[in-house]
Formats: sequence, structure tokens, C-alpha cells
Amino acid sequence: MTLAIETEGLVKTFGETRAVDGIDLGVKAGSVFGVLGPNGAGKTTTIRMLATLLQPTAGSARVLGHDIVGEADIVRGLVSLTGQFASVDEELTGRENLILLARLLGFSRGPAGERSAELLEAFGLTEAADRLVSTYSGGMRRRLDIASSIVVTPDLLFLDEPTTGLDPRSRNQVWDIVRILVAAGTTVLLTTQYLDEADQLADRIAIIDHGRIIAEGTSAELKASVGTGALHVRLHDPGARAEAERVLAATLGVTIERDTDPAALIARGATPDRIAVGLAELVNAGITVEEFALGQPSLDEVFLSLTGHPAETEDETEEDAA
Amino acid sequence: MTATDVTTVDQAVEAATLRAALSTRTRPPRPGPLSASLTFGWRAIRKIRHVPMQLFDVTMFPIMFTLIFTFLFGGALAGSPREYLQVLLPGILVMTVTMITVYTGMALNTDIHKGVFDRFRSLPIWRPAVLAGMMLADAARYTMAAAVVIALGIVLGFRPGGGPLGVVAAVALLIVFSSSLSWIWSSIGMKMQTPETVMQMSMTVLFPLTFASNVFVDPDTMPGWLQAFVKVNPISHVTTACRELMHGSIETGAIGWVLLWSAGLTVVFAPLTLRLYRAER
Repeated sequence: MTLAIETEGLVKTFGETRAVDGIDLGVKAGSVFGVLGPNGAGKTTTIRMLATLLQPTAGSARVLGHDIVGEADIVRGLVSLTGQFASVDEELTGRENLILLARLLGFSRGPAGERSAELLEAFGLTEAADRLVSTYSGGMRRRLDIASSIVVTPDLLFLDEPTTGLDPRSRNQVWDIVRILVAAGTTVLLTTQYLDEADQLADRIAIIDHGRIIAEGTSAELKASVGTGALHVRLHDPGARAEAERVLAATLGVTIERDTDPAALIARGATPDRIAVGLAELVNAGITVEEFALGQPSLDEVFLSLTGHPAETEDETEEDAA
Repeated sequence: MTATDVTTVDQAVEAATLRAALSTRTRPPRPGPLSASLTFGWRAIRKIRHVPMQLFDVTMFPIMFTLIFTFLFGGALAGSPREYLQVLLPGILVMTVTMITVYTGMALNTDIHKGVFDRFRSLPIWRPAVLAGMMLADAARYTMAAAVVIALGIVLGFRPGGGPLGVVAAVALLIVFSSSLSWIWSSIGMKMQTPETVMQMSMTVLFPLTFASNVFVDPDTMPGWLQAFVKVNPISHVTTACRELMHGSIETGAIGWVLLWSAGLTVVFAPLTLRLYRAER
């Protein structure tokens, strides 16, 4: 297994604030790694260190096999960063933004123009190509931003909160772009505050809070660590609810809750194979099940059970200070 | 710009084109320092082309200053506006161009607080290229302002005895000095929170420097302590040097002093700016 990112005890302090407080990460090449956490958790600081914009206070990190401090220049040649605030030049047109970067990356005049045209086409920006970026919508700006990051297709792309502030349609477009990027062989490290975004895109997720990783794994593993989800059963006849409750309690060995719906029951914490037996027992007892669902805990629940506080309510400004 | 406008041009992402764009993993050789600097210079010039109003202060202020001072003080100070203009014009030239240097710091300050600067910093390029490109574009602005002042001066009756060569030499020397001076504002621009504070700080320094000099009047009538200041003021040296070059009569060591000041300012403030630029924010 090749690691695209490897960090050991990465620390960054700003004065008294420990923005990043000892982070150990291993990101497999060719995967999407999600860093999930509320504002001020240290996500941006971590990404800025890995992209060589900040020097770590302590610890070390290797990106694509190169040390981020000693070989910062080599790292810069292999990675690309799409920052939290659109890193595009508003006073230039979309096309000029791309030509500027192509020229800075060593393309000569002709090829720089061709590459820009190709990217504008791919990102659906051809019609707006010669307008100032200051007139772009949020979604267009974000797409130009990502296009700017892949003028030279990077081996590793950092996306810092790529969909914050975007409408659902633009968000889906960005998700599609990320999927295509990964399919083309680029490793992506993305930070997000949105649990469903990490769930949708990331192969592995690290949950970060107060500068520390508090959990890491696949989306399924993280959910499993909190326990299995709940079984929701809806009966054909509400009158059979008491009987069904008795049958399920006996087979599943867990407490059965009555839902506000008079025909529905909820069983939490039962294993999937016991649930299969329980449903069969209901049929044997002559109770008609109209529908049933086995829900997984949401990442929201995962976050709450890991940190003791919900993901969204935290309000800190460390990230701004960084 | 309305919302409907946005949707009409907001096309879909082309999955197939995007895949094709990603399949080319061309990595051209890195650009050299000069090429990168010229690219940043191109960026600055493009911005001016998009918003030509940016040039308002490098064209209108010089015109205003020249007209106001020539006709306001000319008769009183030198007998006639035309006679005063022969002395004043090189001074006005120095004043307008040195005032414009403040914009270097302001532009830099505006730039570094935007996300695009992060992208530049994460590119594998010669890092001072951003600053070098900015200075190239600024030199173009200085030249433009100088051309406006000199053209207007000639229309009003300024007759440089040193001929075109003397005028060009004076402008060249002034650009060297102004570029060196702009390093001060660049380092302030790196450190301050807003472009307005950069402007205020720079003006606090520049205003007394410009007025307590020999730009407008002969320092002979000033009190002794002020004369002493005017004598060491670099703006006075630049003004004297420009007058001498434009009128073709080099009598003092002013040119040497200007070059010395330029070297000094660059040696102190260029490394400081670069250090602040590299420092993390």
C-alpha cells in the first residue's frame, strides 16, 4: 500500500492556541480521504501545513514521499490546493486566470491557451470564459477554482471545504468533479463540515475535534463503532401492535419502543441476523408487516456519541486566526 | 448582473471532456525567474485593461498638481508661471511619481489577503516573482505618469535645456528611486491589516518629505532647522538631480546621492519585504 500522505504527531500552535494538536494520518494513494469536523477543529490548518503554506510547530509529514519542510519545493510541484475561500483572481476573466496559472506552471503561450480552453470546456465555463470572475456565481467560481488546481493534473489535490456555501446543484457538480478526478488517478484530501459530503465522497474519514483525530475509518466502520442502527417495523393492522411487540421483544432481546405512528415499532441495538429471525417470527404469528427498514446511524449520531456535542453547534474562530 | 444572467451561461460540467483534460499529465519544465516575473507583470497590466479607471490617479493628479501649482504660485514665486514652471516641473514630476509608489503597498496588501495569494504561494515558482512582476507593472505606471506631466509641462511652456536625452535620463533615475522607495510600502503592506492603513502610514511619511523639500521653493528663505532637513531629504536630492538632468547642467553630486539612497532603501527594505512575504500568516 502506497501512502500519499503520512503524518506523525503534527502540531501547529498560534500563540496559546493549539490549532492542530498531534495528528497522525495515513492516506492511501488513489483514494479520497475526508477530514470531518466543525469550524475551528483544525482542518484548514492541517491542510495548509500539508500544502507547505504553514510550517508545523512539531511533528513531521511526508507528502507523496517528500518531507513537507525539507522538500517543500518538490511537494509544491506535485500537489494542488483549492482553498476555503475561492483562490481565483476576481479582477481577471476566467480564461485569464487559467492562462496565468498555465504560464506560471511553465506552459508556453500557445499550449497555455489550449489548456485553458480545454479546462473551460470541461468545467462548463466556455460561455463565461471572457467575463470577469467578479461576475461569476458561487458555483462557477468554485468550478474555476478547481479547474485552476488541475492545470497540471496533480498527484494529490487538497480541497478545503469545497462545497461550503454552494447551492445543492453546484454541490452535486463539485461532487461529480471529485469523483472523476479520483477515477483519473488523483488522490484527494478534502475537509468538510458536512457529514453527508464525507459519507458520499470519502473512502476513509477522520473525525477531528480541537486539533485531534477522535475517530478514523470507513464511513461504515465509524457507524458500526456507535452500534447498529434501529429496526423500524410498520404493521398492516395497528391492533396487532401489542402482539408484535411481545414477539419482537422475545426474539430480539432488546427493548421495543412504540413509535408515534400507532402501527409502528422501533427496535434499537439488535444484530441483523436476530432481526431476520424476528421478522420471520412475526410472519409465523400471523402478523402482516407492511414495511420494515434497517437504518444506519447517521454521521451526526456518530459525531455526537464520539465528542459528546453535536457537530454543528460549536462556534470557534481559531480557523480564522490561522 | 442578475440571477438569470448567471443561469444562462452556467453550463453543465462535461464529464467526458473533464476526463480527457485529466488524462493529460503534461508537466512542462518550471518557468525561470524572469518568465514568472513577466507573467505576474502581465497579470497587473491585464487588470488595468479591465478597469482603466485605476489609471485615474496616475493621470488626473499629475495634471491637477501641475496646473494648480504653476498658476497659483508661479507669479508670486518666480515672476511668471512660465518661469516658475522651468523650476517646478521637475519637482512636480518627482512628487507625483513618488506619491504613486504608495499604490504598490496598497495593491500588495489587497492581494495578500485574498485566496489567490495562497495559490501563488503553493506554486513551484521563484517566490519573489510575484513582487518583481508587480514592480514591473508599477514601473509602467510611473512612466505613464511621468509622460503625462512632461507633456503637459511642454504644452504650458516648459523647455528642458538638456533635450530629450536629459528628460529620459531624469525619468529613468526617478523610476529607479521610486522602485527602491516602493519597497518601504511593500513591507508595510505585508504587515498591515487593510489597504487604508497602508495608505495612511505611507502618506504620513511622504507628505512631510515632499513638502519639506526643494520641490516648490528655494530653501534659502526657510528657518535654519528646516533647511538642514531639506538638505538631507532624499526627495530634495531626486528633485535636484532631475532638474540638473532635464536642464543639462550637472553641478552637484545629487545623482550620486539618489543612487546611494536607492541602494540603501533596497538593501534594507527588499530583504525585509521578502522575509515578511515568506513568513506565514
